[in-house]
Amino acid sequence: MAFFKKSPWLLHYDASSCNGCDIEVLACLTPLYDVERFGCLLTGDPKQSDIFLITGGVNHRNIQIIKNLYDQMPEPKVVVAIGICAYSGGVFSECYNIEGGVASVIPVDVYVPGCAAKPESIIDGVVKALGILEAKQAARGKKQIPAVTEAQGA
Amino acid sequence: MSQHTVIPFGPQHPVLPEPLHFDLVLEDETILDAIPQIGYIHRGLELLVEKRDYQDYVFVAERICGICSFMHGMGYCMAVEEVMHAQVPDRALFLRTLWCELSRIHSHLLWLGLAADAFGFENLFQASWRERELILDMIEETTGGRVIFGSCLVGGVKRDVDADTLGRIVKMLESMKHDLGKLADVFIEDITVRHRLAGVGVLTEKDAYELGAVGPMLRASGVSYDVRKRNYAAYGGIDFDVVTETGGDCYARALVRIREIHQSVEIIKQVVARIPGGDIAVKVTGMPQGEAFARVEQPRGEALYFVRGNGTKFLERFRVRTPTFANIPAMISVLKGQTLSDVPNIILTIDPCISCTER
Repeated sequence: MAFFKKSPWLLHYDASSCNGCDIEVLACLTPLYDVERFGCLLTGDPKQSDIFLITGGVNHRNIQIIKNLYDQMPEPKVVVAIGICAYSGGVFSECYNIEGGVASVIPVDVYVPGCAAKPESIIDGVVKALGILEAKQAARGKKQIPAVTEAQGA
Repeated sequence: MSQHTVIPFGPQHPVLPEPLHFDLVLEDETILDAIPQIGYIHRGLELLVEKRDYQDYVFVAERICGICSFMHGMGYCMAVEEVMHAQVPDRALFLRTLWCELSRIHSHLLWLGLAADAFGFENLFQASWRERELILDMIEETTGGRVIFGSCLVGGVKRDVDADTLGRIVKMLESMKHDLGKLADVFIEDITVRHRLAGVGVLTEKDAYELGAVGPMLRASGVSYDVRKRNYAAYGGIDFDVVTETGGDCYARALVRIREIHQSVEIIKQVVARIPGGDIAVKVTGMPQGEAFARVEQPRGEALYFVRGNGTKFLERFRVRTPTFANIPAMISVLKGQTLSDVPNIILTIDPCISCTER
């Protein structure tokens, strides 16, 4: 479905990052980088999101929250892990409260490198995620979305 | 009929990019109590000093928070330098001051944007962040990083900035002045902004002092207190006045931050005019033995660093008290009696940084 790719909604959650990647995610939305030109919209509601942007490693306290957010998102969904912390815990991997990367809790589709990840690479990650979203949607079959009849459209 | 309702606020919510959780106890729309729960981004990085060399730990200290990253690194370095009796060269102190003030401007612009977003002024949010990108460009040009600079070392700084670049920074700030003024005018004059901020979340001078508020939160309530006046880094050679307001409400807190942006621009001009030549770092050798405190005025307020060395290359203890942590009691007292719709505004006007708070 081509329209899927044209307006993916983003959900952002800070697992346990230092904030650096998070403000870069926000910077992506603002005039210089402007991911909204790809039809993306940052939303606070997991039930309306297609792409899950997650920064930072996993700790004991937020493990359940990450699972909840992921479970609440409708299919198809794509997870983008931003920054080195989301991959392995990064500079904090030896901290006592860090369990490891995001992949230990939920399946991750795209990894964005960097500490902190630069907006350019975050945009690159989101664009890659759009392709995966499309592929996942195609794999689910075209029957999922009923055509709008005239009666419904009126 | 009065009935108490508990509304969970957070940890995942659209107001702030970071997880912060409150249980708000309400009677109708009025908040009776707010119970904070923290720990969602606790990493335990203070204990990492036992595993990292004290010189390498600067880079972990910078990652306490991605917004005031440079100042965290600098605060840690200041404490270690005091333990080691290292004499930091003057040029390094001036460069540190330059980067501190650039961080302050970018942090305050970030806050103006987030605050505008919290009261639904999307356009103002975008406008503030557009200005912020210009500051980040200067930071990237001089340090190589946008949010994590990695340019502070125990004993000085890692990179020098040539006179040509310093001149361009001043020119750039001059050219931003007009746009910054326009942005500030919207915050100060606009009737919708005033309507959302004026008279909301008033913190009295007495409460601010007694609850131990710091930074713009304290200064907006009329207490003139700024750690920069204690002359760390190069602030001893810079002329500036502490910005204070007397309103104590959200509007006053916004005014303090706007005036501090202009103040930081003036400080940077003085730094560029007065920066001496010479080395940018002194080699620090030996093992830290003893303990020391350092205090730094961050965009959010006073941060305190404590280190204790035991004669090995690993420190025995490192402790940070961050400004947001100090401001939480004041914020909770302000929330009581306000309406639910003002909660995002009030939480944002303390400029919360949860990564710092929970470390």
